[in-house]
Amino acid sequence: MAERLSPLAGFEPVSAESLRIEEIPFLTQLDVRVDPKSRAAAEIGLALGVPLPTEPGTYASGDCDVLWTGPDEWLVLAPPGAEGLEGRLREACAGAHVGITDVSAQRTAVLVDGPRSRDLLAHGCALDLHPRVFGPGRCAQTVLARAQVVLAAREGDAFMILVRSSFAGYLGAWLLDAAAEHLLD
Amino acid sequence: MTSRRREGVAGETLRFRYDGRDYEGLRGDTLAAALLANGVRAVVRSGGLGRPRGIYASWTEEPNALVQIEEPFPEPMLQATTVELYDGLVATGLGGRGRLADRPDPARYDAVHAHCDVLVVGAGPAGLAAATAAAASGARVILADDRPAAGGCLPDTGETVDGVSGTTWAAGMLAELAGRPEARVLPRTTVFGYYDDNYLVAVERREEGAASRERIWRIRARRVVLATGAHERPIAFAGNDRPGVMLAGAARAYANRYGVLAGRRAVVFTTGDGAYDAARDLAAAGVEIAAVADVRRDAHALDEALAVAGPLAGTEVLTGHVVTGVGSAPDGSVASVTVSGPSGEREIEADLLLVSGGWNPVVHLFSQSGGALRFDEELHAFVPGEAAQAVEVAGAARGVYTLAGCLEDGVATGTRAAEAAGFRVPPHPVPAAERVTALPSGRLWLVPADDYETHFVDLQREVTVADVMRATGAGLRSVEHVKRYTTAGTAHDQGKLFGVLTSAVVAHATGVEIGDLGTTTFRAPYAPVSFAALAGRDRGMLHDPVRVTSLHGWHAAHGALFENVGQWKRPWYYPRPGEDMETAVLRECRAVREGAGAMDASTLGKIDVQGPDAAEFLDRLYTNMMSTLKVGAIRYGVMCRADGMVFDDGTVMRLAEDRFLATTTTGNAAAVLDWMEEWLQTEWPSLRVYCTSVTEHWATVALAGPRSREVLAGLAPGLAVDAASFPFMTWRDAEVAGIPARVCRISFSGELAYEINVNAWDGLALWEAVVGTGVVTPYGTETMHVLRAEKGYPIIGQDTDGTVTPADLGMDWVVSKKKADFVGKRSHARADTSRPDRKHLVGLLPEDPGLLLPEGAHLVATSRLPEPPVRALGHVTSSYRSAALGRTFALALVSGGRERIGERLYVPLGGDPVPVTVTHHVLYDPEGARRDG
Repeated sequence: MAERLSPLAGFEPVSAESLRIEEIPFLTQLDVRVDPKSRAAAEIGLALGVPLPTEPGTYASGDCDVLWTGPDEWLVLAPPGAEGLEGRLREACAGAHVGITDVSAQRTAVLVDGPRSRDLLAHGCALDLHPRVFGPGRCAQTVLARAQVVLAAREGDAFMILVRSSFAGYLGAWLLDAAAEHLLD
Repeated sequence: MTSRRREGVAGETLRFRYDGRDYEGLRGDTLAAALLANGVRAVVRSGGLGRPRGIYASWTEEPNALVQIEEPFPEPMLQATTVELYDGLVATGLGGRGRLADRPDPARYDAVHAHCDVLVVGAGPAGLAAATAAAASGARVILADDRPAAGGCLPDTGETVDGVSGTTWAAGMLAELAGRPEARVLPRTTVFGYYDDNYLVAVERREEGAASRERIWRIRARRVVLATGAHERPIAFAGNDRPGVMLAGAARAYANRYGVLAGRRAVVFTTGDGAYDAARDLAAAGVEIAAVADVRRDAHALDEALAVAGPLAGTEVLTGHVVTGVGSAPDGSVASVTVSGPSGEREIEADLLLVSGGWNPVVHLFSQSGGALRFDEELHAFVPGEAAQAVEVAGAARGVYTLAGCLEDGVATGTRAAEAAGFRVPPHPVPAAERVTALPSGRLWLVPADDYETHFVDLQREVTVADVMRATGAGLRSVEHVKRYTTAGTAHDQGKLFGVLTSAVVAHATGVEIGDLGTTTFRAPYAPVSFAALAGRDRGMLHDPVRVTSLHGWHAAHGALFENVGQWKRPWYYPRPGEDMETAVLRECRAVREGAGAMDASTLGKIDVQGPDAAEFLDRLYTNMMSTLKVGAIRYGVMCRADGMVFDDGTVMRLAEDRFLATTTTGNAAAVLDWMEEWLQTEWPSLRVYCTSVTEHWATVALAGPRSREVLAGLAPGLAVDAASFPFMTWRDAEVAGIPARVCRISFSGELAYEINVNAWDGLALWEAVVGTGVVTPYGTETMHVLRAEKGYPIIGQDTDGTVTPADLGMDWVVSKKKADFVGKRSHARADTSRPDRKHLVGLLPEDPGLLLPEGAHLVATSRLPEPPVRALGHVTSSYRSAALGRTFALALVSGGRERIGERLYVPLGGDPVPVTVTHHVLYDPEGARRDG
């Protein structure tokens, strides 16, 4: 069997002092839909080890990251190979009205880090990414250049970008093109 | 060449060429300054009248001196007053119209989003004071200024602040801002648009060597401080367009900022004190001031004021005088000035006429923000009134004209803005400047005359007071109407200098107060912006995202040509060496009908529908029944809009009692999900259903043809593939080529066929395994289209156009007669949807079996076209060459088409209409014998 291929398999990572860009491929990703006030929501939180965050535009982290993406929708990011997670969540809330969908290959993740990361993203993201406004723990569904993305602020200057797989090549090319002036060693 | 440079001014020499002649200038010059330094006075000829025109102003308000840059890259319609001189610049003067480059621009342009607590527009005394005060609070401050250097008018006037030169003081303020980590200074940056929610857009002309030539800044500010200064106001008099007629402040700027004398002997024409400061500086620099014509009559007060003005001592001041004429030299420039007043009329020899009609606050951005303007009787100018957004105006932009006043106002405004944004500003000293008291200004817009044919109110559009009076004479009363009638204020400068003057002339002519009449609307952009800057990096490959599937690399490596389907690139066909499209497609079609073919179907939309009410929900959205579907089975379905017209089609698989996977057409994936969410959220919130897009989670390989079962059996040894175990319209989970897969037995070609779905990461591995069997031919969308058309399967959006019902497509069978309701059902009961002459989907066979009908061609009933109007019976929606039929064929929507089967119709193609025979829309294997292999 041939090897798995991530959407940015051909992407040459950027690693300068000022800016790093790399794909984090093959994350396990689940879309979770549930009434946040329901018992099932609490049970899913227990099974994840991370309660489902209810503050809009935030995410919670533990063994996995749980991103608020809507009033009754979350995106769970777990390390590659967490195939059993979907089943465990279904088990945890068996019989309840929930939507749990494997969307691992729907998007790929791109990590942007380094002192120029905000300058890079500012070329195509209309959100205010200043640490006072969009610090660690914040996430948003927004548009970067002309691609829909989920954007999450990590510690320091790091950002995780989740982009639809079909747009990944475009966004990768756009990021490289925008990065040119921010590569300082 | 005569040098008009002040003595002692030196710097790096730059060579440039203007209108075919070589000149030298100094670094720091604008092109206009360098031309004046070389004694070039008539820099352009006006576009319509061909009158010589000179440099009138010193910055972006310049109405005359438009140039075309030729080298290094052609750029049309730039103002000579804002072009920074560089070595090797080649430019020509333009009479109103420029030329676009005939080659691609090699420069890079880009854009940046920025956010701040306080945006200060303008780095003059008020802006610098505001920005430093606001930044001292720790607020995020952006200071944007359109000049290369900060200081606003300080380098023009030579005034001092805090005991040092204005330029030194400004540099100190910039250094202070540089020490604030949350402050950002943007020089050479013109804020040109002010939109809702304090969203402002600016263009930065970046220094040579920067990563981009120009940059668009999209700024969202919590508070805005506009410190945009004021423009000196011209006066309408006979011959006011002659080269050598110049704003007094502009001549002062050329002398002080650039060390350039705009003339040798000047007459000053003024309504107020400002021009005396200019005249004093020019006199000190060596320009002879021949006389001052001051419209004010209080000679005593003026003498008092002038007594302190050393360099002007002895200058003749003609109180109560106006300029009534300008005599010209052979090149059209000023040679003499005629003044009239209590002393009578005199002609004074001069090559420079300095004009100062007062000041207009630069209220453009404030007005764009939605703020109201009011006419201040004391200032005799339009000033900012009530604001509509979180914006304040400081300094000359609101009529504070003294330096000390601007500094004070700037500190106060910057402090207020930062505090309104939630920051505390530490006590901030007001920079010190000399306090001066000005005499009241006189009021004059227009020098009365018998003939207004050379009293210009728009130099670029060549509109005169006579033109304006013709407009008012024709009955126009609104300045907006006069603007459109005369074109005054519509040029590149948008009437920056002369717009208010035009209003004044209209007010004068119609006998109303200018304050009641108002101005024309101030619109973005404040100054011209190049399309290249606006386009930025959205060019070429980055113009529009290209969406690709996980198999794209293989398709490209194997010579596929691609078809654009929305933003998707889909393999169109795979030509082999020597094949054209027709040959390749016929080969691919034969391979599927006779052997096996594989197509990348990953772009089809896929929506996971979960919840206890999922079946009920799908019953309401699809025309047919979905709730009766068994787990493990698949059903084709059609969705209609509420008007009963077909919206989308696809398959629905039942994954579990409470879970379905619905597929959509490639182009409608997002629209169908939106449609589902709209019904769930607005009409049926009680239904317990969640919908999730999984389009890109899956890679889908369609495997079709009589040999496809054999291929699948080889790849999936664990899967029972015989027709009884794996019947048509069912799905099975299985390992295919060692990859976990969901295999669907569905067909869009009429052949035995499967669609194999795997995690997109494994898509390439699956595809290579399928094609690697050696018996499977890759085929593209064109072959897919031919094969489905042979079977009469419509493509939504190609064979339909939003006016077609399922019945029109001959698909009554897909519309449930049992369901109580579904979206569109009621519309199907309308009389109109059962009209016998509705357009039906039918097949067409051209009588010439080699003739390929163009898609979109119309159908008529007769072999000869009658006189218009000709009744068209319908049109061709799909047209192909068929390998299986051995001829061409088409699908068409034809009025009453099903009743016309067997009839001969005609298609006008330019010559005689060609005959075609109407057939049933299913042309191949109508019995469906082939789908089980």
